[in-house]
Amino acid sequence: MSSVASVGSRARVARVWQAPIGKKAVMALTGVVLFGFVLGHMLGNLQIYLGSEQIDHYAVLLRSSPKLLWAVRGVLLVALVLHFVSAAQLKSISRAARPDDYRKYDPQRSTLGARTMLGSGLLLLAFVVYHLMHFTFGNAHPDFEELKVHHNVVTGFQEWPVSVSYIVAMVFLGMHLRHGLWSMFQSLGVSHPRYTPALRTFATVFAVVIVIGNVSIPIAVLAGLIG
Amino acid sequence: MRITLHVWRQKNAKEAGSFVRYDVPDVSEHMSFLEMLDVVNEGLIAKGQDPIAFDHDCREGICGMCGFMINGAAHGPLRGTTVCQLHMRKFSDGDELWLEPWRAKAFPVLRDLAVDRSALDRIIAAGGFISVPTGSAPEANALPVPKEKAELSMDAAACIGCGACVAACPNASASLFTAAKVTHLGLLPQGQPERSRRAIAMVAAMNENGFGHCTNLAECEAACPKAISIETIARMNRDFFAASFSSRD
Ligand code: HEM
Ligand code: FES
Repeated sequence: MSSVASVGSRARVARVWQAPIGKKAVMALTGVVLFGFVLGHMLGNLQIYLGSEQIDHYAVLLRSSPKLLWAVRGVLLVALVLHFVSAAQLKSISRAARPDDYRKYDPQRSTLGARTMLGSGLLLLAFVVYHLMHFTFGNAHPDFEELKVHHNVVTGFQEWPVSVSYIVAMVFLGMHLRHGLWSMFQSLGVSHPRYTPALRTFATVFAVVIVIGNVSIPIAVLAGLIG
Repeated sequence: MRITLHVWRQKNAKEAGSFVRYDVPDVSEHMSFLEMLDVVNEGLIAKGQDPIAFDHDCREGICGMCGFMINGAAHGPLRGTTVCQLHMRKFSDGDELWLEPWRAKAFPVLRDLAVDRSALDRIIAAGGFISVPTGSAPEANALPVPKEKAELSMDAAACIGCGACVAACPNASASLFTAAKVTHLGLLPQGQPERSRRAIAMVAAMNENGFGHCTNLAECEAACPKAISIETIARMNRDFFAASFSSRD
């Protein structure tokens, strides 16, 4: 036995969560999970270009193991909740830290997207709820057929206001990811003059790829390229 | 040249403040910003009015006493410069400038443009020091310090504690200030014995003193008169996580 006592693990976790740096680490780690999902989801979506059989088959495949499906959904839900709770708590800390705001404030370095992460995040939350009601549960869809993904997507996006709302949401997702994808490294303590600029470029490129990949689908439907 | 100032006038932390307009004719481009305010104040005193309060001391960019917002930018528009080292030649005839104090819960307004920054001292007191025996100086060459570490440590040690990082941050975070101290001491052999406790205690002190969190916007880095990099913040985060999970306390 060591002669130096050690703080217990529960106290350690509490101490990290207490610190805003710890909450940011939670945001970064849950952000990685959500980003992984967004990437996988886009790759899944793009199968719509391979024809109705392919994507409908993919939907059946995803549902082939209910246990696995619900495990993944559980992880995503927990990540989203932790991400949201951290964001809300951090916002209340920073709001309290500047009760009297500047009458004039001129940002010198940061992008609008980086300063409005909470706004884009809340919009994404609203979008996620709508999106689930639209294509997963179907109760916000005019002509929903279980597991007929191709049909659901085409009939869903033929209503142009729906397509527009998806496109707008994806632009916000792109803004969120453009800052989030490099910011998470900084939050976790990874920064280097050699790699960080490359990381920021990577974040921008990736955000653009995600937006274009997803946005192409409603546009293709509206243009009559998928039908 | 002629400059129009809108200066935040506030009697103390309790009373509400507001902008007061001053027309300043005959500003010489060779004046420093503070000298220009000195001239305004002489005029106010001659008229029996209260001069504009602002902090200053060295007026050569090394003490960290001066600082306020000019048109929404901490220490004004010039990068890597305190407001005492900012000269009127950076402005043009007819410019309209809005001067506000650093705004943060942790920095209560003392009067006009002067704020109480002792919250930064409390962060230092929590861990921004090394414990060495007093007495004669040790032999300088007895303790090797790698060149790169010495340089990086010195870059961080350039922090003069002016508070511009807090002022410029949309979250009023003191992360750059604290990270500069954690980096400066944590990179040197003399800073090792207290490194874990320092990271934990200083991070906790930021929170306890009412500063906000870091959202990696780098507004602090842009405002810092010593151009200290937010790379130091990543280093502080790293030290904090390492200390939180691997140290015994
Ligand atoms: C519930 C909805 C969401 C809200 C309210 C939200 C809010 C936020 C906020 C406020 C930040 C910045 C935190 C800070 O800088 O202090 C952030 C960061 C981040 N978000 Fe979200 N977000 C949401 C959804 C998402 C989604 C769906 C993704 C992924 C596709 C995502 C990925 C990220 C990433 C990677 C970061 C970077 C973490 C960091 O800065 O360390 N977020 N989020
Ligand atoms: S007065 Fe000393 S830094 Fe400006």
